[in-house]
Amino acid sequence: MNTSDKQTNPQIRPFWPPVVAGFALGLVLLLTFVLSGHGLGASGAATDLVAGVGLQVAPEAIKANSYLGPMVADGSPMGSWLSWEIVGVAIGALAGAFMAGRFRVQLDGARSVGTPKRLITTLAGGFLSGFGARIAGGCTSSMGLAGAAALGVSAFVFLALFFATGLIVSRLVKGV
Amino acid sequence: MFPLNDNGMVSGLLCGILFGYVLENAGFGSPVKLSAQFKLTDWAVFKVMFTAIVVAAIGLWLMRLGGMLKPDSIAVPQAALASAAVGGALVGAGFAVGGYCPGTSVAGLFSGRLDALVFVVGVVLGTIGFAVFYGAALKSLKAAWLIAEGDTFTDAYAIPEPVMLGILGLALIAVFNFGSWFERRGSGTITAQQAVEGAR
Repeated sequence: MNTSDKQTNPQIRPFWPPVVAGFALGLVLLLTFVLSGHGLGASGAATDLVAGVGLQVAPEAIKANSYLGPMVADGSPMGSWLSWEIVGVAIGALAGAFMAGRFRVQLDGARSVGTPKRLITTLAGGFLSGFGARIAGGCTSSMGLAGAAALGVSAFVFLALFFATGLIVSRLVKGV
Repeated sequence: MFPLNDNGMVSGLLCGILFGYVLENAGFGSPVKLSAQFKLTDWAVFKVMFTAIVVAAIGLWLMRLGGMLKPDSIAVPQAALASAAVGGALVGAGFAVGGYCPGTSVAGLFSGRLDALVFVVGVVLGTIGFAVFYGAALKSLKAAWLIAEGDTFTDAYAIPEPVMLGILGLALIAVFNFGSWFERRGSGTITAQQAVEGAR
């Protein structure tokens, strides 16, 4: 691997311009609505995973939980549309990265803020994101993107607060 | 007549593969590229999101006009504005601190980023944390500031759909102009080369 700062690696293909990526994402979102009746998602797959694995490991605790209990009333949510969609996201991202020479195993941010701090910021960020997504009932994908395309009022409230808080917090904490 | 309401494995995999492929190609597997949005130096996140929102919204509207899509057949998030605000703020904070959101962390992980794996673990722990603390307080937050009239701008505030689409179109133009202006003032957008090399 080349270590020079300035040298460009012809194997690494550029990202799509935002207007191209945005148009493609819009068409994928439209296809998703047309096929499934709802939009794209992400954080809900974590809920399905927690409920599904939890049902195997600690079934009584999961059934008794007031949030997860109702979700497992009709059996395990593993194998839901959303859990397959997330498997698809993994495959699609892997294909995209490999085909464009952009796959590289690394702990991104370790060099800029140090490995211990990066592990803490990414874990804390994930926790906030997972907790927040359950409060909102969705994350950037389902609330911010799909909800806004469906002209949902709550989606725009979500996006406004997402942006405002992100702006402020990124000035207080250097996470990457 | 659409939607097909197909919630099977093939439908999920197909939509997911396309979603993941586009996310990665947009540069959204990179926490450097993603967090540059909040540093205001790279506006790709909002440019891509707003373009996608407008394209999909216009597509849904045209399909309904053409009688290809059943009216009121598309899922809209409930207009529970307090929980949307608090949740949006937390996801935004998590994005600023961790460099990802739940979907992009999967794209990051599968472009080789181990920090994204830790973020995914965080998302799972946050989900467990929510389930553990789910009680009267969180329930009342979810029920607060709820618009009873409906979930869309058309139902809640009687704003006709074409007007909303026009406003969104103007917002899209604003995001591109405003964003590009910031990008020219800053240190430049994050290239694929820089993203693959990682944060420095």
